[in-house]
Amino acid sequence: MSVNSEYFTVPELEAKAKELRRTVVNMVYQAKSGHLGGSLSMVEMLVALYYRQMRVDPKNPKWEDRDRFVLSKGHTAPAYYAVLADKGFFDRSALLTQYRQLNSILQGHPDCKKTPGVDMSSGSLGIGLSTACGMALGAKRLGKNFRVYCIVGDGELNEGEIWEAIMFAHFHRLDNLTVLVDKNKMQNDGLTSEVMDMDELDDKWRSFGWSVYHVDGHNIQDILTALNQPSDQPKVIICDTIKGKGVSFMEMNIKFHGGCPTKEEYEQAMKELA
Amino acid sequence: MVRSFRDALSRTLLQIAEEDQTVIVLTPDLARAVRIQDFSAKYGSQFVSGGISEANLVGVAAGLASVGMMPIIVGFSMFVAEKPFEQIRNIIAYPDFNVKIIATHGGICVGKDGATHQAIEDLAIMRILPQMRVFAACDVSQTESLIQTICSSTGPSFLRLGRDEAQDIYENDGCITNVGGADVLRDGSDVAIVAIGTMVGNALQAAEELEKEGVDAAVINAYSLKPLNESLLLSYFDRCGCVVTAEDHLVAGGLGGAICELSAKKRVIPVECVGVMDRFGESGNQAELYEKYALTPQAIVAASRKVMGRKHECE
Repeated sequence: MSVNSEYFTVPELEAKAKELRRTVVNMVYQAKSGHLGGSLSMVEMLVALYYRQMRVDPKNPKWEDRDRFVLSKGHTAPAYYAVLADKGFFDRSALLTQYRQLNSILQGHPDCKKTPGVDMSSGSLGIGLSTACGMALGAKRLGKNFRVYCIVGDGELNEGEIWEAIMFAHFHRLDNLTVLVDKNKMQNDGLTSEVMDMDELDDKWRSFGWSVYHVDGHNIQDILTALNQPSDQPKVIICDTIKGKGVSFMEMNIKFHGGCPTKEEYEQAMKELA
Repeated sequence: MVRSFRDALSRTLLQIAEEDQTVIVLTPDLARAVRIQDFSAKYGSQFVSGGISEANLVGVAAGLASVGMMPIIVGFSMFVAEKPFEQIRNIIAYPDFNVKIIATHGGICVGKDGATHQAIEDLAIMRILPQMRVFAACDVSQTESLIQTICSSTGPSFLRLGRDEAQDIYENDGCITNVGGADVLRDGSDVAIVAIGTMVGNALQAAEELEKEGVDAAVINAYSLKPLNESLLLSYFDRCGCVVTAEDHLVAGGLGGAICELSAKKRVIPVECVGVMDRFGESGNQAELYEKYALTPQAIVAASRKVMGRKHECE
């Protein structure tokens, strides 16, 4: 089965990340809607997963033994769609013509019935990690060896269901599950430290029995190293990131949590990402 | 014969799990309460203990369905239908996953646990969900048949059971059910009594009372609340010219709501609804509660008299 047949070096993956950021800004600008900040913060995480780590086959998106991915923070779909299109799950022209539009395969939030390559619908925060637990449990009960990866937001960790899922994954020994937390330190209303402070995050996950790693979420090599650490428990990689990463005036600017750039801002962003 | 819904549940799940290895039963710490502990003991690899965390359990079921299993969530209706409603909406119904929810303890028949455990909104909130099919069983034979029916059709389904025992309606375990089915349990031409779940028995008793008064009442068990057997119901609307609905559920949004919608759209005939009237329940035994909340055969008789007296309104 063909899986990531093309090998990318880390510098190549870094170049890929920059290219994807341009696509993401373009998508949101074209759609006049979408969540830029949290899309830009998780680009390296997606690159590490989809260009190195995960066994997927864009020509056979429903391959039963593929690794699964759940974007629990579903509002940051632009980065996810950009990766899926670049991998060849669907035509990349859809990114600029269909995202958030009527009759589209690219809904505002991921839809597994509409978008090739999307393994699980998401959007309502807190649910995605539960579904990832179900996938990982299913692999075990069906005797399959695929792995399940899930990206959650740090704001999303406010949800009680997340902690139910964390408890569940440990109790059911889901060592085939890896969670990446996009710790970009902002949520809808502002800084997570001011809306609902969740620190110390590492201790919280560790106390639930998970293997905890903490990395610079914009360092692809560090993410890959953590992904490949063996663990007999479910694993979480807390990725320290910068919301809006890559565009100076979007970084840690709450305006770009869900705001669309003006024409001038768009042009400036594309210059910075050139 | 009076037999238990919950014993039927356990027996049928054992059969289904034996036949299909992809079946997986999930419960939020209610295996003993819904009497499926035999199942968890015998089919551990097809059983998931979720702990008291219903929202997560619904998400887990969605994940299991996405990788090819057929999850069956079992628990009290208040906690497997009402508490995780948004999860059911967004991650079961919307993605159209093949997840079955079998809910015991539907209605004020729950009894002494009181209002917090009496799900009287579950049929309404499940019925409004696109892609969700909704059923309610009236006795043991129908419980067994409906579990087989929902498990042999693909897509999300909700099945509601009562808490305790029910008088057999279908003799010799002879109930046969279909998606979109309804059974005429008694033919009649003066009033159509459409009942569901634990109220089917009371509807039949009401029809016997009415017969003594010379009223010829039809009794229809609308066990498939969604999809509803509209053609059968409309034929009885035409024949009888008036309808009484009977359910252990709020009259708003449940069977009463469904029949009023159908009547308003397709046939203008008077409808009277027997059920819980825009209020919550309380502690008490089932008989006491049915008396106080007017879910008795006598209440159905009174509603029948009233609705027959209103036929002229629509002439």
